[in-house]
Parts: sequence; C-alpha cells; structure tokens
Amino acid sequence: MEKMSRVTTALSSNAISGRTMFCHLDAPANAISVCRDATQVVVAGRNIFKIYALEEEQFVEKLNLRVGRKPSLNFSCADVMWHQMEENLLATAATNGAVVTWNLGKPSRNKQEQLFTEHKRTVNKVCFHPTEVYMLLSGSQDGFMKCFDLRKKESVSTFSVIQISRNTPLFSYIPDDLFHTLFLGQSESVRDVQFSMKDYFTFAASFENGNVQLWDIRRPDRYERMFTAHTGPVFCCDWHPDDRGWLATGGRDKMVKVWDMTTNRAKEIYCVQTIASVARVKWRPERKYHLATCSMMVDHNIYVWDIRRPFIPFATFEEHKDVTTGIVWRHQHDPHFLLSGSKDSTLYQHMFKDATRPVDKANPEGLCFGLFGDLAFAAKESLISSDISRKPYPGGDRRYPIFFFKKPDPTEQFAHVSSALSVFETDLDSNRMDWFVKTAQLYLLSGKPFAELCDHNAKVAKELKRPQVSTTWTMLRIMFSDPANLTAPGTNHNLSKLGTLPLMNSFNMKEMGTGMGTESRLERSKGESRQDNIHLEPGNLHISNNNEENEETEGSEGQAEYMFGDAELDDDDLYSMEHDNQTEEQEYTLPQEAFQLRHEIVDNPSAPEHLQQDKADSPHVSGNEAEVTCLTPIESFSLISISQPLFSPHLPASFFCPIVREMLSYYAEQGDVQMAISVLIVLGDRIRKEIDDLTQEHWYMSYIDLLQRFELWNVSNEVIKLSTCSAITCLNQTSTTLHINCSNCKRPMSNKGWICDRCHQCASVCAVCHHVVKGLFVWCQGCSHGGHLEHIMNWLKSSPHCPAGCGHLCEYT
Amino acid sequence: MEYPLRTQCQRVQKQVVVNGEKERVSLLFMKALVSRGSVDAVFQQMASHPQYLESFLRAQHYILHMDGPLPLPYRHYIAIMAAARHHCHYLVYLHSAHFLRVGGDPLWLQGLEAAPPRLRLLAHINKVLAHQPWLTACSHIQTLLKSGEQCWSLAELVQAVVILAHCHALCSFVYGCDADSDFVPRTKTPNGTPPTFCPFDAANGNTNVPQSLATPSEHKTRRRSLDSSCDMVCLKERIQKSQEEREKREERLLQTQTLQQTDMEEEEEIICFADPSGFITDPDFCYEEFARSEEDHFQVFRVQDYSWEDHGFSLVNRLYSDIGHLLDDRFRSVSTLPSLHSSDLKRAIWNYIHCVLGIRYDDYDYGEVNQLLERDLKLYIKAVACFPDATKTPVCPLSWALLKTSERIHVNLLIMEARLQAELLYALRAITQYMIA
Repeated sequence: MEKMSRVTTALSSNAISGRTMFCHLDAPANAISVCRDATQVVVAGRNIFKIYALEEEQFVEKLNLRVGRKPSLNFSCADVMWHQMEENLLATAATNGAVVTWNLGKPSRNKQEQLFTEHKRTVNKVCFHPTEVYMLLSGSQDGFMKCFDLRKKESVSTFSVIQISRNTPLFSYIPDDLFHTLFLGQSESVRDVQFSMKDYFTFAASFENGNVQLWDIRRPDRYERMFTAHTGPVFCCDWHPDDRGWLATGGRDKMVKVWDMTTNRAKEIYCVQTIASVARVKWRPERKYHLATCSMMVDHNIYVWDIRRPFIPFATFEEHKDVTTGIVWRHQHDPHFLLSGSKDSTLYQHMFKDATRPVDKANPEGLCFGLFGDLAFAAKESLISSDISRKPYPGGDRRYPIFFFKKPDPTEQFAHVSSALSVFETDLDSNRMDWFVKTAQLYLLSGKPFAELCDHNAKVAKELKRPQVSTTWTMLRIMFSDPANLTAPGTNHNLSKLGTLPLMNSFNMKEMGTGMGTESRLERSKGESRQDNIHLEPGNLHISNNNEENEETEGSEGQAEYMFGDAELDDDDLYSMEHDNQTEEQEYTLPQEAFQLRHEIVDNPSAPEHLQQDKADSPHVSGNEAEVTCLTPIESFSLISISQPLFSPHLPASFFCPIVREMLSYYAEQGDVQMAISVLIVLGDRIRKEIDDLTQEHWYMSYIDLLQRFELWNVSNEVIKLSTCSAITCLNQTSTTLHINCSNCKRPMSNKGWICDRCHQCASVCAVCHHVVKGLFVWCQGCSHGGHLEHIMNWLKSSPHCPAGCGHLCEYT
Repeated sequence: MEYPLRTQCQRVQKQVVVNGEKERVSLLFMKALVSRGSVDAVFQQMASHPQYLESFLRAQHYILHMDGPLPLPYRHYIAIMAAARHHCHYLVYLHSAHFLRVGGDPLWLQGLEAAPPRLRLLAHINKVLAHQPWLTACSHIQTLLKSGEQCWSLAELVQAVVILAHCHALCSFVYGCDADSDFVPRTKTPNGTPPTFCPFDAANGNTNVPQSLATPSEHKTRRRSLDSSCDMVCLKERIQKSQEEREKREERLLQTQTLQQTDMEEEEEIICFADPSGFITDPDFCYEEFARSEEDHFQVFRVQDYSWEDHGFSLVNRLYSDIGHLLDDRFRSVSTLPSLHSSDLKRAIWNYIHCVLGIRYDDYDYGEVNQLLERDLKLYIKAVACFPDATKTPVCPLSWALLKTSERIHVNLLIMEARLQAELLYALRAITQYMIA
C-alpha cells in the first residue's frame, strides 16, 4: 500500500518525461547512479565525478565533485551510489581502496564527508541499505566486505570470503597482516554486493571464483548460504525489486542466471546466454520478467531481456561506441527510461520506445531439408494464408502441417509470430543418388598411371549410363596423356570409333605389344596427313644420330627421336618411363602427412606396395634397356607430345587447360561437383595451377560434405588425403581423439597420456621392445600379449612362442 | 604468540605437500617423456613447483601443438623470432628443431628474409612487445590486419601475440635460472650444461665472430647438450634420488626412449647453426626506462581500467578459444604457490615488474616496493624482466645465497608470469582499441 502511494506521488507530482538524449562527458564513465526522485544523475569514473540534472530536452551539468588542482586517487571511482532515502548522500568506491561518502549539503566546494581506508585493494562496489540511512556496505578486491555505520569512523563489521573468519575466537588474536599472509593468498575478490530489497538483514555478494554468498548482516562470522553460480567471475548480481526470492547474476561466462532463493538450495530458474561477458544486470521496474544487461568487453550494446525468451533480446539500445559501464533505470517505478554511461565518454538517456526490437528483424521463416529430400518450410501465417489459391495442407490426414501458436499473454510484449509449417515430400525415385554413390566408390583417383585412371573412370561412367562424363574422361586422357602411352590412346581412340573392341582393351599394354602399336600408327597415318609423317621421319632419324653423339638431349626434336624410336623398342621401355613418372607423382603426394607421428599409424597397404613395385621395376629396366632411357631427363616427355602427329604439332598439354577449366566449372555448376573434384585430383598438377585455391577449396568442401552425407567415409578420406589445399588436408586430422581405458586398472586415461594417472603404468607396451605402442597394436587373442605390428611380425618369424614369455604359441596370419 | 603458530601451520602444510609433490613431479616428467620423447631442461627447473609446472605445460602444449588458427610451423617460427629478440639460443634451437619436425621449410631458418612476408610483418610488434611494450599501439594492429595479400586475421594475430609474449617471458625465466649454476651441477652432468650456456654467446654481438665458426667441435658438444638424451641423464638422476623403487621401470623406459631418439638427433644437427640475430630487425632496440617524462606521451597503463580478469581474459578467450582459461590458470597458480615469501613480497615483485613496464595499480603503495625489496634484488628483477639477454649473466643479489633453490625459482616464475601478463595486457588493449575504432 505504501509502495502504491509512493508511485502515485512520484509519478503524478513529477511525471517523468523526456526523450532519447545524450551528453558528452569529459572522460570515460565507470558507473552512474540516480537520485530518488529521478531528476539528477551522478557519473563517476577515473577522471570524472559530476552530477547532471535530467531536464526535458537535455542533460545539464549541476555540480563537479572532482575538485582540487591535482585530485587524489580518492576521486578515481570504480563505483558510485546515490542514497535512496537521503537526497544529499552519495558513496563512492575508489580504485585505491578507499570508500568515500559525500554530502551535497556541505557548503564548501569539497563535498567529501567521510573517508574509510580499511580495504587494502580496489573497492569494486558500494551499496547503501535500501531503508536504513546510515548503513553502507562495500566489497573489495582484497576479499573483504565491510559494513560501515556512517556515524562512526570505522567499519562495524567485516565479512570475509573465506570461511575462516577473523571473528572466530581462535583467530581473533592474529594480527591483520599475518592473517592475510596465512589465509588470503587464495582470497577471492568481491565483485558485487547487494542488499536485499525485502529482507532487512540479508545481502548477496558475488565473487571472482564464481560463487555467490548470502549473508546476514548481524552474523559476520559465516555466510548463510553459498552456491556456485558461474564458471569464472560473477561480475554482478541484482535482487528482484518485487519478488522476494529472485536474484539475477551475470558472469564472465557470458550468462545471466536467475536464482530462486526461497527454496533450500538456490535453484536456477532462468538462464540467458549473451554474446559477451556480463558486466551489469538490472531488473526492469514494473516488468516482472525483464532485465537489462550490458557487457564488459567487445559488445557495446545494452540489452533488455525477457527471461522467458532467452534466445533473443527483447529490446536493444545500440547508441554507445565503446563498452557500456553503467546502466540504471531512471525511476524505480517507471520502466520506460534507462540511463547509461560508457567508456566512450557519453551519458545517454534511452527511451524504451526508441529501442530496437531484434525480434522484428529476426527471420520468422525457416527451411530445412530432411534426410530423404523432404522439405519443411515454416513461414508467417499471414504470408501463407494470403495465398488462398494454394491448397493449404496436402495430405490433411497426416500429422503435418503443424501450427505453432504462442498463447497470448497480456504482459508479454514480444511480437507474436505464428508460423505455419508445411512439409513437402519428394518422390524418392525421382531424385535417386545411386549413381553418385556408385561413382564415388568405383572411381579410381590415384595409384595408377594417369591414362589408366582416365580409362577406368570412363568405363565406370559408361556403365552407369553417363555417356557425357565417360566421354569427358576419354578426352581428358587424350589431351593430357604422356606420349609414352601414345600407342594406347591411339589404338583406343581408333578402336572405340570402330566399335570393334571394348574400351578397356587398351588398358593392358603388355598384351597389346608392338604389333598394336604399329597398327595404330598405320591407322593414324591414314587419318592424318601421311606427308607429314614422311616429312618428319627423316628429320628425326637425323636427330637421333645427333643424339647418340650428344647425350644431353634437348628440345623437341631430340625427343622426337624417341617417339619414333619406340616403335623399335620394347614395351618395357615405355613402362619404365611411365613408372618413373609415377614415382615422381608419388613423391609429390607423400608429404601430405603433416605429422611425423602419423606415419606410424598409417597403414595403407596399397601405397607401400606401389612404391615397392616401382623400385623393383625401375632398376630392372635401367639395367636392361638402352642407356638412353636412363639418361634422358624425365621432363622431356611432356615435350615429346609436341611432335605428336595425332594433334597439330604445337599443342602442349597446357593448351587444353582453359578448356578443361571451363569444363570443370561447368560440371561444378551443374551440381556434379564429384566430376570436378575427380578430374582435379586425377589431373593433379596438370590443371591445379589454373584454378584458384578458393574455388578448389569450395569444391572439395562440397564434395566431402556430400560424401559424408552418404556415409562414404573411406572415399571422403581418400579425397581429403589426395587434395592439395592445406585447408582440406587438415580436415582428417581434426577430432581424431580416441578415448582409451588403461589396460591395467580399466580406468579412463587422461586425454594425452601414455601413462595411466592412477596406476602409473604405461599403457599398451610392446612385448618385444617394451616401448609404448603409439600406432597399430597387434594382439594375440590367445594370450592377449601384443605389440608393434612390425615387431610382432618379425618376432614370430623366428620364434613360435609369445614374445612376452608366457609360453603361448602365438600365430600370426 | 604468533610465530609458533605460523611455523606450525607451515610445517603441517609442508608435510602434506611434500609427499604428494614428488609423486606429481615424477608423473609429470614421465608423461612429458613418453609423449614428447624428452624433458625440457626448463621444465626440470620448474619442477620444484609441480603445481605450477602442470599448468605451464598444459598452456604451452596448447599454444604450440593444439587447435589454433596458425599452422604448426608458423607457431614455432614465431617462437624463434620471439626468443631471438633476447638472444636466447636455447629456445631458438629448441623451436628450430620443433619447426623442422612439424615440417617447416628449412630455408626459413636462414633468417627473416627467407621467411614469408606475413611473418616478417610480425617483426615490429615482436620488437616492441619484447622491449618497450607500452609503445604497442592500435596502429600496429591495424597495419597487420589491413586487408591485402599478406594480412593477418584477428584470430591468427591473437595466437601470434600469445606465442610472442609467452616466449619473451620464457626467455626471462631461462636467463634468470642461468644465474644459479648449481641448478644443474656441471660437474655431475658434463653434458647437462645450463640451457642458456652457449659457446656462441661470446661471439654474439661483438668482434670475435670467427671464433665460433672456428670451433666446430664446440658446436658438437653444444648440440649434445641440447638433445634429449642428456636431459634424460639429468632426469634419471633426479628420479633416482626421489624414488628408488620405481627405478627399474623408469630406466627401461628411458633406454628405449633414447634409442628411439637417435634419428631425431640427426635432424637437429642441421639446424643448429641458425643464428638468432637473423630473425630480428633493428637489433639495437632495447628496453628504456619508462621515465616519468614519457608519461606525458604515453598514458600510464592503469590496471583498474584494463585488467586481465575483466578485459584481457574475455578478449583473448573470444578470439582464441580456451587460451584464457589456461593463462588464467598459470597466473593463479603462480600467485598461490606455497612458499616462504609472504604475499606482500610476491605482490611487491609482481607490481614492481609491472611498474617498470609502465603498468600501475591504483590500490598499491609503491613505497612498499622499496621497503620489501632490497636494492640488489630490485636490480636483479629488473635485469631479468627487462634485459634477459643471454649474452650476459645476471648479477645475483647477495641475499640470494640464503634462499632455497625453489624459492629462487619461484621469484623467476613470478617475473616470467608478470612479464607475460604485462605484454598480453598491452597487446590486447591495442587490439581492443582497434576493434572499437
């Protein structure tokens, strides 16, 4: 009743009016506070301490409390509070640890009334008792809260963060500094203290370690209740002005929590997630569920939240250019005026009607694809219903569409949005992606010579009835093939034209033999200008003579000798070239493993085998064949193609690059990013430089995403491995954590331990070398001993018994 | 009345701690050994404060090896640049080896000119942070971040700054510990020379450069002292002393480890010629007194306006996730280490370092520094914090000899962390200013 009367008096006699306005301060503000009748505001900071009158149209500076030529640090304020009962009384918390009270009624310029220098560190917060005139509470960095009676020179009681209080008889005789030394090394600084609005004796304090404590002002020896509210510092807390039990806290963990303190255990009833650490929180007057917050870093806006809608701010004030340091509702019963001070040296009065409402900008439409291509679409009801011609609910007997209505609530001021949800089903067969899966599985991207890869992939595409893709592969092979394979593409080309032999025949060059080669050449010469051939041949012969004299073959003609020479040479010779090329490529791909450690783990049987083959092959060839083979630099092969009569004599492989590039973009845009990436990988260096990295990365990402959606993990990993974009290759090195338990005590191992925390045993020791196995662990199912794959293999070659000496006859198959 | 109580309290506390501590150290070392193949000489010195060591190792591991925007070779290269600023050969070598191990281009180790221009851009902020952090300005950040071919992203820059600050501070620690030759007794472990001892040092910066080149055998020994096998020797001794019963298993572990390490050594051979001076620009730039006259130009940094807990943490954690917690852990554990030093002395040391770097606390009476810290201790602290130049040896204060080893290390840890925080504060404030502008 009393409250009501006060409201009416306050609002009727002195109805607050005004507009959104601001004024420049001389210095950044740290805190602000209003006097009870909402006509004046005090702004305090390191270099500012002023009182402004709030007038209709503007702020008017009333008083500068920062006096003296060189003001002491007592004037450097971390916090300020205007007494809500006594109009002339203010208190400030100084950064040097002093608590100062000011009496505006003093006649002198310096209004300082009392100075308490009991705190050893910066005082973070001062708070007057809401109803008791002479009671002031302070909370400091040094871990103490002190209660002052303003009629006395010293504090009347001290509250300590830690449980062992100075007032305990055992410790009462220990001098202050020793007490500090003994117990306050770990002390936690007090960030905020707030008297309860309703309980005369209760106050809440929040701490740097995330705790909140409730104290009874009469019992300084220990707190009434403590709970952990946040991880990291709790910067602020605020009692609900009407509801006895509600306490809002804000912390560095970017959360605002509302606690119900009426129950036995403090219960979290609401939680709002903000985007930055919460510096201040203030309940909005006359609105039960609203509170305002501002942030300490990065985010400069002030948000007003409806705690029941924690995901979107109810209103936002975006005026400040630097972090907001102080917010206060202008009148304790008027929800429409908010005052704020900021590091950008401005003081604002925000009108609630001028606030931005993020909910208006939020997109009420939603769109989502289901696993099988179904499409769900939610939109404002008004949008949908306006379209009357549309049949609203296809398949009305089904569960969807579902309407979401929010129950209208008169106090709820959020804009009401009701959406209609429609689900569109797709015909499963129309959009089958079988071809994608099959293609992904069957394509070969590496491990074979280029031409073979192309042919293989062409065949795969053809079998899946994708002639265009198939032809593309064939064309690619022709464009980029090494001339060493010329015979093959030649034949293949002609033969496939004739249609007498299946495409794949050309694969096996061994079978083909020289006969084929000559045949193809004949064919070709039929097709091409025979004269050219004739014309070229003598020249080449001539140069081949040169070549024998001069081992440093250079230029196209030198290699031309080769080309024609190979008609006489064995196929093996061609192979040797090819293999050389291949090793080169593999050397290129090997360093993809970024971490040395991984080499141990990688168990890719195919890759080493290839290497071995190559190694086995190449010496054999160089031993057998003419020396020319070995002496000719490998690079020269690309040059050979120049004299390749199938094409016009001056078409290097790079000539095709622009076309291929266009072709790749075409496929990618058509949605067949699979083709684009496969070609990119198979062509490798031949085309990579032509396409900018971002595009490549984009394609890779899309393809990998697709593969993973189809659960083609192996293929996706292969693609990741074969890619050359650094952003892609690192993909398969993320989230590779594997959680393991200790083999000894069966407890989980710490995240990167090879040693168990509990039993101090090395986990998974190799039975042969007694060293921790960090890669593949092979393990006998009979005796459960094991170790490094290689070690065990070697061991079991020489001995049938288990290396651990358990006597078991292990078998390795 | 007060004294008996005090000592009793401490004795009880100690007894509880000691037993647990030895276990903890050996476990930490074992972990480091098994997962990394070596125990850094620096870690061994920190081992007298296992609680701190744990958080240090965790933070360092996260910065250098775990998720982050910068590629691994970049991180080590930045570490090299930072260590080179203080001529800390030990760290330069260490990170060169790591750099190669994670696949860095050996060419870069020839010097800054061979490194990509993006890294070269860091040289300036490296210089400023190392010697006169108060000069760090919003404009430096702007230059690095302005769009272009070689621009840094904010996240990358924050990680780079964290690495720089971490390594600068570590240089101070390495330098500070060098003062005590009895940490790692030279007679006992001929190979285990203190980490900063280096034959190059004499040659560095003055005339007899050829000398170092003329004694290749010295390089050899130097390298040996760096590689893990000798660390292992030290470690073995330590562990032997503390726990005999675990001896056998440990040794077996060590031996196999050493065997495994042999191939690593080969790799390290190559890089040891990397000369720190190649990684820095403007080598004459060094610490200058943060004089009062300068306060007009550079506003004194007030912790009450920009503190680690309120501002630095939130920013760094936002741009480089989780690092805030790890650094927070380090700062906390160093300030709560149980030690003979009173909290007042610790605070005096901490605030004194921040003071010489231009950071002031409103709530601190700087007269206390003069009361609590003797002149020579002040000189020592300042030398270690501001001139951790490995080419010189710090002058130890007289009272030093009375202190226990762990107490001395504690002072050095305080210096390291205070310096780390100071550099971070300056860098992060500049970044905040950039973000607001």
